[in-house]
Amino acid sequence: MASETENIENLVNRRYEHGFVTDIATDTMPPGLDEDVVRAISARKKEPEFMLEWRLRAYRQWREMQEPEWAHVHYPPIDFESISYYAAPKSDEDRPKSLDEVDPKLLETYDKLGIPLHERARLAGVAVDAVFDSVSVATTFKEKLSEAGVIFCPFSEAVLKHPELVQKYLGSVVPQRDNFYAALNSAVFSDGSFVYIPKGVRCPMELSTYFRINAANTGQFERTLIIADEGSHVSYLEGCTAPMRDENQLHAAVVELVALGDAEIKYSTVQNWYPGDENGKGGIYNFVTKRGDCRGANSKISWTQVETGSAITWKYPSCILRGDNSVGEFYSVAVTNNFQQADTGTKMIHIGRNTSSTIVSKGISAGHAQQAYRGLVRVMPQASGARNHTQCDSLLIGKECGAHTFPYMEIKNPSAKVEHEATTSKISADQLFYCRQRGISEEDAVNMIVNGFCKEVFKELPMEFAVEAQALLSVSLEGAVG
Amino acid sequence: MLEIKDLKASIGGTEILRGLSLSANAGEVHAIMGPNGSGKSTLAQVIAGHEDYEVTAGSVTFKGENLLELAPEERAREGIFLGFQYPVEIAGVNNAYLLKAAVNAKRKHQGLGEIDAFEFLKLAKEKMALLGMDQKFLHRGVNEGFSGGEKKRNEILQMAMLEPCLAILDETDSGLDIDALRAVAEGVNSLRSPDRAIILVTHYQRLLDYIEPDHVHVLSDGRIARSGDKSLALALEEKGYDWIREAANE
Repeated sequence: MASETENIENLVNRRYEHGFVTDIATDTMPPGLDEDVVRAISARKKEPEFMLEWRLRAYRQWREMQEPEWAHVHYPPIDFESISYYAAPKSDEDRPKSLDEVDPKLLETYDKLGIPLHERARLAGVAVDAVFDSVSVATTFKEKLSEAGVIFCPFSEAVLKHPELVQKYLGSVVPQRDNFYAALNSAVFSDGSFVYIPKGVRCPMELSTYFRINAANTGQFERTLIIADEGSHVSYLEGCTAPMRDENQLHAAVVELVALGDAEIKYSTVQNWYPGDENGKGGIYNFVTKRGDCRGANSKISWTQVETGSAITWKYPSCILRGDNSVGEFYSVAVTNNFQQADTGTKMIHIGRNTSSTIVSKGISAGHAQQAYRGLVRVMPQASGARNHTQCDSLLIGKECGAHTFPYMEIKNPSAKVEHEATTSKISADQLFYCRQRGISEEDAVNMIVNGFCKEVFKELPMEFAVEAQALLSVSLEGAVG
Repeated sequence: MLEIKDLKASIGGTEILRGLSLSANAGEVHAIMGPNGSGKSTLAQVIAGHEDYEVTAGSVTFKGENLLELAPEERAREGIFLGFQYPVEIAGVNNAYLLKAAVNAKRKHQGLGEIDAFEFLKLAKEKMALLGMDQKFLHRGVNEGFSGGEKKRNEILQMAMLEPCLAILDETDSGLDIDALRAVAEGVNSLRSPDRAIILVTHYQRLLDYIEPDHVHVLSDGRIARSGDKSLALALEEKGYDWIREAANE
């Protein structure tokens, strides 16, 4: 084992020796997971001892845990021993040399989404810049951010440069043994983003990053930690695309948000991972734990998500409303087409006094897709004056798809005001004919109706994301009718 | 403009139109009358291209082209407008948005650019004023929570904005009180033009007091049983549809 670790160290060193363009194509770990793999990952990243210990603790807990089965999704059992838990960047030789070598279908999708040319190359994995799978991209606006005192860097860098912050906050929102996939992630997470906004600072720009999955057969385990110190404000955008793949790929990320007193975090996601083909073959398994902790009084955490991708989505961006007067929001659009499955929703845990939460969930199902909204509103005994408003709407396109709603409410304080509204509607043949008689094509009509259905959520998205999200919806629903 | 010859059409295997022939020229207003179930609405739906109806025989040409080959949206872009008997509600879709999308679809087909947003609003407001419609309707969901009369006015507004060559108004008068009827009729009359044909499908003579037709056709059992000028509508009012049926059976 020692020699293997040495080898790894050599590889890592070599990479720095020659810059980004070194030949490290073979730097993928063999499939399977044991303590040695965890140690090797940690060693590759030159992590301090506390991090390795943390990972190992998570790994041992994961070994004791059972894979959960309660979600309303179906898939063949995952063989965790067949997954490789670390993939280093591919060498340039393995990458397409230019966009001409990229799958035209993929380019067509980028075109429909209106993704700028320079980003297309990056997303398609063209060897033009330092974009790596499992290794975070160095962010551009670093200088401007550091002027403001904002830390925005790859997680692995934060572990080395800001160990005190990482040690203090990592796992403080999503504990290692929170759930099966969170424990797995804690043991083997590859990289992700780290954000710290100092006291009283309003982050001068929206922070965005693109995650993508590149190497086949590589589980992707992102770890994101965002800390907004007292009175600070940050808006973070996460967007994803993935190239076409035939095998199912497991993705189990963990996102932790911490908002201290009077701080505000807005976290927006547009998720467009490969959903599998029209027969349900392939696609990404997206089993994610996202949670925000409104730790201080008057803090606010807002999740906005547009989910169109993945074969299976299983996630519940949640808020723990610990601070008095804290506010939690969840705005979601989830689209499932063909054979996609999604079990998604949120949890709002009211602990502080006068806390309030808003849930707006819009689910769209087409083809043979199955979608479930699962939401929990829990009002603890001490949470006097808690309020929640939940609105949960489903739109069905076609006859083979399904929508399911599982709202849970646990109210332990009599002063709580909790409202739940739910609707299910269909795009009717009459509506489509009406639009077509006005000269609008069937596809445009569907988009128009779907966008109308989703506009409450879209208006929560940052402007450029809202435009992209609308385009994404139309691409996702292509061929849903007719 | 529109030439229908020996048209037969059925829905779910039941034949509704049984050899209907009709021609309408630009500048003309035709009224199609007839008892319930005579095929009036079917004719309107078939011209618009509703896919539930199967055309089994005959031909329909529009501006010299075979209309039956075109998809509903293509027919619309070519200038066919159907004012629906029961305009559908589309919750969440802004009325102005649909209107603009429809106008732009047609403009694109004509090789024109998209309409300027200000110009569009100005035009829409003009037309609404003419129809006695409150501007707030622009920003409500398409027909969402509209009263019967409001829905029908909204149809005429769409027609006014789209400026079709051929407008078919299916029972536009049904469910309207007298004020709404007057407003709708005024709207239609203002759209009478030498390059436009209008087909009014109606059960009652009442609408024709306000919109004077050039030709009146009476439909019975999926065929035109009798054609005439506006006096035919008055005779019908007096004698009832049985008179036509008996005459047709003779």
